[in-house]
Amino acid sequence: MKIRNNAFALDATDLRILEALQDDARQTYTAIGKRLGVAHSTVYDRIKRMERHGIIKKYTAIIDAEKAGAKNITAIMTIFTNPKESEKVAEKLCEAPQVLEVYTSLSEELLIMAKVVAENQESLHAFIANSVAPLPGVLRIRTSIVTKKFKETQFSTVNNPKKLTFIKEKNNKMGENKL
Amino acid sequence: MKRETTSRILRTLPREKAFYFFTTIGNYTGESASSLKEFVEKINEVNVKSLEFHFYRGDFKKWVAEVLQDKELAEELRKLQETSLSGNLLRNQLYAVVSKRYKELHTNVVH
Repeated sequence: MKIRNNAFALDATDLRILEALQDDARQTYTAIGKRLGVAHSTVYDRIKRMERHGIIKKYTAIIDAEKAGAKNITAIMTIFTNPKESEKVAEKLCEAPQVLEVYTSLSEELLIMAKVVAENQESLHAFIANSVAPLPGVLRIRTSIVTKKFKETQFSTVNNPKKLTFIKEKNNKMGENKL
Repeated sequence: MKRETTSRILRTLPREKAFYFFTTIGNYTGESASSLKEFVEKINEVNVKSLEFHFYRGDFKKWVAEVLQDKELAEELRKLQETSLSGNLLRNQLYAVVSKRYKELHTNVVH
């Protein structure tokens, strides 16, 4: 396992371990080893090293909020900002517990996109009117309330473009060997 | 009315107490008013949809009563709400009521 710029260059075994953990983080080292055809001690070492280097941030539970009884609404806010103030606006948004995700984007204008949850439309409006609109640098806000969720997933080694490249390269090499 | 009450109603508010104009839930127009004077001006400038949105939710009445602490104007707005006006008719009536009140208060401070 190589370390480059404080980051690992993950090999195929690491990626497969991550994939197995993302599938079920509660499975044992032995089970993962069996699945991948490697020793459980290898799995243990790799996982511990990836934990130490922050590649594996934490193990958590994915909760179905609806089944847990929470009747929240989700909305996506697009905040048009003065470029000089946008960083501060984004940082302020990060402090609010009802804001789940914050992104900036450079399109025609500088935008901040944020995913926010609220108990109902009224509390969503109150939050935006009292806590977001007054922030210095906010020019205007567009908010879309989510009506139906088609997909929601965490970052996965499966959808990591780097990994796809890795597989492609590996396949090419295998092809070359055959020739 | 006491001079200090008038001054309080006419004061300039900090950002977090200003009125922010929206057109629908969560859609902020970029327009705000930090005083009664500015509020009068904005009534003539903002999208009429914003006036309709806030007026029938009772947002103007609430802001005037709770932030500016002008009970008389809040009562005038409550009465206006019963008329069910919309569009530019609403804008004109709203402007007439709020600007009249502003002039009264302003005159009181000046003299």
